[in-house]
Amino acid sequence: MNKGNKYMNPYLAGFLLGLTLLTSIYITGRGLGASGAVKSTVVASVETVAPSHAGNAKFYKEYAEEHPGNPMKNWLVFEVIGAIAGAFISGLISNRLKFTLEKPSDIKTKTRIWGALIGGALFGFGAQFGRGCTSGAALSGMAVLSTGGLITMAAIFGSAYAFAYFFRKLWL
Amino acid sequence: MGPLVPDLIGNELNYVVALIIGIAFGFILEQAGFSTSKKLVGLFYGYDFTVLRVFFTAGVTAMIGVVALDHFGLLDVSLILINPTFLWSAIVGGIIMGLGFIIGGFCPGTSICGAAIGKIDAMIFIIGSFLGVLVFAEGYPLFENLYKAANWGNVRIFDTLGMSQSLFAFLLIITAAGAFWLVTYIEQKINGRPNPELQPARLYIGITAVAVIIAFSAFLMPDRKEHLLKRISDKQFVSAYSIKMMTADELAFRLIDEDRTIQIFDFRSQKEFDSLSLPSSIKYEPVNLFDKNIVKLMSVRRMKNIFIAEDEFSARKAAVLASELGYSEIYVLSGGMSQFKKDILGFKIPEGNPNRRMNDTDVFRVKAARLLPVLIKEYKSKQAPVEKKSSKRRLAGC
Repeated sequence: MNKGNKYMNPYLAGFLLGLTLLTSIYITGRGLGASGAVKSTVVASVETVAPSHAGNAKFYKEYAEEHPGNPMKNWLVFEVIGAIAGAFISGLISNRLKFTLEKPSDIKTKTRIWGALIGGALFGFGAQFGRGCTSGAALSGMAVLSTGGLITMAAIFGSAYAFAYFFRKLWL
Repeated sequence: MGPLVPDLIGNELNYVVALIIGIAFGFILEQAGFSTSKKLVGLFYGYDFTVLRVFFTAGVTAMIGVVALDHFGLLDVSLILINPTFLWSAIVGGIIMGLGFIIGGFCPGTSICGAAIGKIDAMIFIIGSFLGVLVFAEGYPLFENLYKAANWGNVRIFDTLGMSQSLFAFLLIITAAGAFWLVTYIEQKINGRPNPELQPARLYIGITAVAVIIAFSAFLMPDRKEHLLKRISDKQFVSAYSIKMMTADELAFRLIDEDRTIQIFDFRSQKEFDSLSLPSSIKYEPVNLFDKNIVKLMSVRRMKNIFIAEDEFSARKAAVLASELGYSEIYVLSGGMSQFKKDILGFKIPEGNPNRRMNDTDVFRVKAARLLPVLIKEYKSKQAPVEKKSSKRRLAGC
């Protein structure tokens, strides 16, 4: 594998990622995902902490109808557990395991924390409308040429480019 | 034929598959450098286009794979998850996610990878995404209208745009190749030097050329389904094809005998099927023969698959298609249902010579005309007519 911190050639990584995605579609009939596992976790948490609320609110009821059984017994939850393990192994091999808050050098730690929190919240929120995130809607959608997936992909990257100028102080 | 779940791989084993695929997913994302927000946002400021390269290469690779597996009949695309299209929700969601991307520096998949190797900002991003989902869940009644508006169903982009799948695939590959070239150029301008990882350039030009040639050849490969449907529309080809036949008498005999080694595939119209259907018959359309769920049905050992239609030729067409698809033990009802009705169900002793002694066939047919309608009626009342078993498309998950 790579020596030190060097990353894999992007085209090779893309090719391997594409094969993984294809394998997933061939074996299971579905592509990859990430935000679905976050959703399952939120539903499971709410059902545990406030069962009566989960029984009444429409979102949880609809979720339970579409996904009978334990919300954590979900394909994407297992897939994400695997992804954590896979990324950890990769970090171990390439010597990148380290607790650190990464940020551009002249940006305050507080700014980066708020940025990550707000960005995450927006992404989690938007992924509900998009019915998937960059992996579940955009990447997997592209593989099966889904109209909705490709629209979401265009919207994600288009919007990020459109807003990039206004948030350049966060990164440059 | 794929997908292998749930027939070949059970639902429990599928979780193990999920885990393994997840490991590969996480490993590759991390190896590609997706665990650092610096590399991810580089895409939007033009200094590092790794994300575009990985993402587009992966998408195109998987897309070509899906098209090819479909083309060779190895994957039933009608069963795989095609992300449903809810137009406005997809656009609004994408815009919000794009904003989240540029502010947070991660997306859900990459934040998981970042967190796995100890990036604290990635962990905070994940906490944020939980909150975002929670806000959506709690405010769901407010968002529901937008969320469910303009439901286009599981449409695919080439249908939306009104072009063929191969043309769209070709355009996508060309777009990807063009984008790779363009971003390398931009990167060089912004960073003031060529990306040292992507040398020598000749290698990449070569790979791109190969990809373009493959893309072009996609045009030359006729679609297997279209090709077969075209073949069976050729009357001469269908007539000359060697197919086993079954006479009306034999079929009647087997039905009266309640023979369990036959199953009848009825290719007549729904109306005709509803008004009269033979015991243990299933209504089918020729195109259903491409489906995955038929594989099991047609491959039962020592089971004779009898194809019937109103006329013999229509059944013959379906039978030719089935044998071209590799199925065996196919029989066509000779004379079709029209003859079956005339000779068996509505059998009248031939007039003319009243002294003519009934031969064995006549004796049998008289008996069959008496017994079969009872069986048909019994069968119909005993159970609702066997509906064509259809596997359901996987529902949305992410």
